Amino acid sequence: MDPGSARRRRSVRDGRKTFDSSKMDHQALDTAYLSRPHVEGSGAKPLVSVRHVSKQFANGTLAVRDVNLDLGTGEFISLLGPSGCGKSTLLRMIAGLGAPSTGTIDWPTTSHDASGKPERDLGFVFQDPTLMPWANALSNVMMPLILKHVPKREAEARSAEMLALVGLKGFEKSYPRELSGGMKMRVSIARALVMRPKILLMDEPFAALDEITRHRLNDDLLELWWKTKFTAVFVTHSVFESVYLSKRIVVMAARPGRVMADLDVDAPYPRDELFRTSADYAHLCRVVSGKLKEAIGS
Amino acid sequence: MSAPSLDTTMPHVPHDGTDAEARPIFAAEPRILGLPASAWPRILAPIAVGVLALGLWEFLVRWKEIPPYILPGPVLIGQTLIADWGTLSGSLWITLRITFMALFAAVVVGVTLAVLFTQSKWLEMSLLPYAVVLQVTPIVAIAPLIIIWAGDINLSLLICAWIVAFFPILSNTILGLNSADHNLINFFQLYGATRWQTMRYLKLPAALPYFLAGLKISGGLALIGAVVAEFVAGTGGSESGLAYRILEAGYQLKIPRVFAALIMISLSGIAIFLVTSWISHLLLRRWHESALKREN
Repeated sequence: MDPGSARRRRSVRDGRKTFDSSKMDHQALDTAYLSRPHVEGSGAKPLVSVRHVSKQFANGTLAVRDVNLDLGTGEFISLLGPSGCGKSTLLRMIAGLGAPSTGTIDWPTTSHDASGKPERDLGFVFQDPTLMPWANALSNVMMPLILKHVPKREAEARSAEMLALVGLKGFEKSYPRELSGGMKMRVSIARALVMRPKILLMDEPFAALDEITRHRLNDDLLELWWKTKFTAVFVTHSVFESVYLSKRIVVMAARPGRVMADLDVDAPYPRDELFRTSADYAHLCRVVSGKLKEAIGS
Repeated sequence: MSAPSLDTTMPHVPHDGTDAEARPIFAAEPRILGLPASAWPRILAPIAVGVLALGLWEFLVRWKEIPPYILPGPVLIGQTLIADWGTLSGSLWITLRITFMALFAAVVVGVTLAVLFTQSKWLEMSLLPYAVVLQVTPIVAIAPLIIIWAGDINLSLLICAWIVAFFPILSNTILGLNSADHNLINFFQLYGATRWQTMRYLKLPAALPYFLAGLKISGGLALIGAVVAEFVAGTGGSESGLAYRILEAGYQLKIPRVFAALIMISLSGIAIFLVTSWISHLLLRRWHESALKREN
């Protein structure tokens, strides 16, 4: 049995068990650790502004309904929700993969090309590593640069540097099939970051990995984010993962997909193993679990 | 990132990266005459079966005293092959030349059409049915027409062999071009890749294994096409391929020669298959599932 599913089930059961007892300190925790709503129109323009976005698929499914969301510069935001809540769809729309049926997604601070499309400065990490099996790690990471006509010599140097940054120095010539699941994901992250984008969108990137690998990658991702200062949007269905990583958690509900809660996680960075085992972390997880439970129940 | 660390759950072992994973498989195996020991049964077993069958054949021919114009023994066929080598090798060369020219044309036209078809659905909808018509029409039935229209006999043989050979390449390459990973296509979209870039860096490499599978089939078919077309054409003269030698020898009841020519065609077919398989192996061995060695 894969550890992910066991963990998911456990989280739901814990949520149920602790839900009532946590009701009391729920309010207290809310003010102590989790504060929202996000301050809007407070000077700095958001990087991405999602306004009244809905998405209906051709088969009639309403994947996302009336979502409003501002993604601020330098944030680490998790989109948390059960499967079918439209979090991936929302993420793909932000990336420009599929247009919203209604509403707008603006990039107020980026330039727009002649046809009025925003020049989205983003990296995207898919649920699977999505590497080209015929190309080695270095060539895979180089691909975005090659597509943007960066000279080969420079592309190679920048890609090698990026691979080293994700801990894969020495694996430049390895083919994807020769790498473990976690290493493939690292290549995928290196590829998404090689253009040094302002925003990194991740669609449940670690869902298929074992728990030990996932913890390692979570730590390394946080460090990378802390160092390189991009905005991170992380789609997940794991409460623990979202609390550990995020500055801010957007809880979504399914059928139709919509935003239920927008929570700030006021724990300081850098976060490490100490945070993962702290009482604060446990409290935060309990509260977020409660919110998720409400979202599922509604 | 905390120090260049790997995410393998065990302490890093040397054969977890690069091509080292595959190396122990080869290194651990003893080699006999430069080939891995496990490769030899693959080579020796069919040879043993062949030698046994030939021995039985020779024995039956001698024991039953079957006349050579009905069934020649392998020894006589071998002798004929050597004796007639001058005529037969010239014909073999002509047949092979047509085969390879047809295969080359099949690759060029097949891949070009496949690329065009994936660029334009309209083109595919309008033209693919006619490609299918070419494929399903028996070449024996249309060869006489082609010979009349083309005028030149070599050109008509080439056209016939090409018609037989090109469809597997076309249909396999279309399938390959359409089976590029959807997420990878999205990834190319994200970086604003042009059609040409998507074709060059994504779709063509993704189609390669499919194309090579088609090439293996078409290699044999081009040879069959070249031989069948020549049978139908039935022309003689100095510029004759193996098919005509078979017809000619048949009329003259030189049955050992018929067999000798047949053997040359079979061996050519096997050689073409081995060469295309080898090319396929060279191109895919680093990354494609079909070319990987597995221990379990």
